[in-house]
Amino acid sequence: MTRMIERQRHIMDFTLAALLRRKGKNGALLSVYTLLVFILASILFFTHALKHEAALVLNEAPEIIVQRTMTGRYQTIPVAWSDRIRQINGVISVHPRLWGYKYDKDFLANYTMMVPAGNPPEPGSIDIGSGISRMRGANRGDIIAFAGHDGQPRSFTIRNIFDSESQLVTSDLILLSEKDYRDFSGIPEDQSTDLALQVRNPREYATIAEKISRMYPDSRPIVRTEIQRTYDALFGWRSGLMIVIFAAVALAFVIFAWDKATGLSAEEQKEIGILKAVGWETSDIMLMKFWEGSIISLTAFLLGTILAYAHVFFTSAALFAPVIKGWSTLYPTFRLTPFIDFGQVATLFFLTVVPYTVTTIIPSWRAATIDPDTVMR
Amino acid sequence: MEFRRSTIYMGTTAILVLSLTGLMLHAKAKVRASAPLFARKTAVVRQLELTDLCLFTEATYTRHLSMTDLSTPFQDAPLSLEHFPSGGLVGPPPHLAQKP
Repeated sequence: MTRMIERQRHIMDFTLAALLRRKGKNGALLSVYTLLVFILASILFFTHALKHEAALVLNEAPEIIVQRTMTGRYQTIPVAWSDRIRQINGVISVHPRLWGYKYDKDFLANYTMMVPAGNPPEPGSIDIGSGISRMRGANRGDIIAFAGHDGQPRSFTIRNIFDSESQLVTSDLILLSEKDYRDFSGIPEDQSTDLALQVRNPREYATIAEKISRMYPDSRPIVRTEIQRTYDALFGWRSGLMIVIFAAVALAFVIFAWDKATGLSAEEQKEIGILKAVGWETSDIMLMKFWEGSIISLTAFLLGTILAYAHVFFTSAALFAPVIKGWSTLYPTFRLTPFIDFGQVATLFFLTVVPYTVTTIIPSWRAATIDPDTVMR
Repeated sequence: MEFRRSTIYMGTTAILVLSLTGLMLHAKAKVRASAPLFARKTAVVRQLELTDLCLFTEATYTRHLSMTDLSTPFQDAPLSLEHFPSGGLVGPPPHLAQKP
């Protein structure tokens, strides 16, 4: 046993010395490899944590939302619809929601204005998200004015500011009373933005949604599971930028593999020839090449994964932030909870380490089985 | 005393493996500690009847991703091009994309 370990260590010593002889080439290879693992791991950690967080948080979203559409676009919905929908078996309650957007020309920001179901602010006052508070430098008790649908400004006193810990759901929210919202938006008394339904049994979602569609053919029911699935499909591999990143990473791996699979350099072949001439077995050379691939890929994997974790969970994915912010001036500054598991890390390992190690072995086996005399000539 | 190269390599690898293990444990501890935070967040979602995460505020169809329709991203003309970066980051909601 000790003899076997000692043999492996000697081969490893030799491999490390050989790698250090070509410092520049192997250093560049290790850096690029680490960068690839870092990009892949960052995307994997970020998207998984965000999806997991969305699934947890949106587990309390309304069971069914009913919208009304006209020529493919959504319209306000008559409040009277709620009376008929409430009579459907399994529906506990129907609540007309009032919400919409407000574009602030001064700050180039979009706000979501909403009338809360419970504890609405008194007329003339509003609750705002911490993103708005940060962007406008507004505090509790300050007065903010927005131009309504008729162009006339309305002033509101800030009653409350949401905690920054809930930024991921409340950053751009402005809560106001129903009276103020109808006056501000011009939505008539008998209309609302959509309807939120409470349903007794989750297994009845689809049946109730179908009944609503039959009752009002221009309605569009969206059930909670669909809301959750939306965020599960977020940043899917087919979405624009993701496919560009994945394609670039895949291409880089193909170049790596191609470089290895097309054979070894004349210098490396000569080295193998000399080793065979001085008595190394084919298996020893294969072992050396195995260690060479493993040392580079394992180091790149460990470094890349650790850096990715620090990037996503300690710096709030600072490198992705400009992409996510886009043109928006109002954005949440949230720190994701690190929902990662062993399975993710294992998948990353098999996707990055195994292919490289395998591609290192094949050309080495070809070179190692050639006659040393031929290789050296 | 001079160390063998293999000893230095194995030592470095062991430090990296331990660091990664430490980060996994850190993740586990953070997830456990964030349970009350998630309880508060879900309470806000329930109370305000929210449907979406506030990830992108630049376009209405990516702000409320699950509530959007197929025509909004095209704005007012069928040939108008996507001009919000977030539109290139996210896919359409599955309930809109699936075939009937």
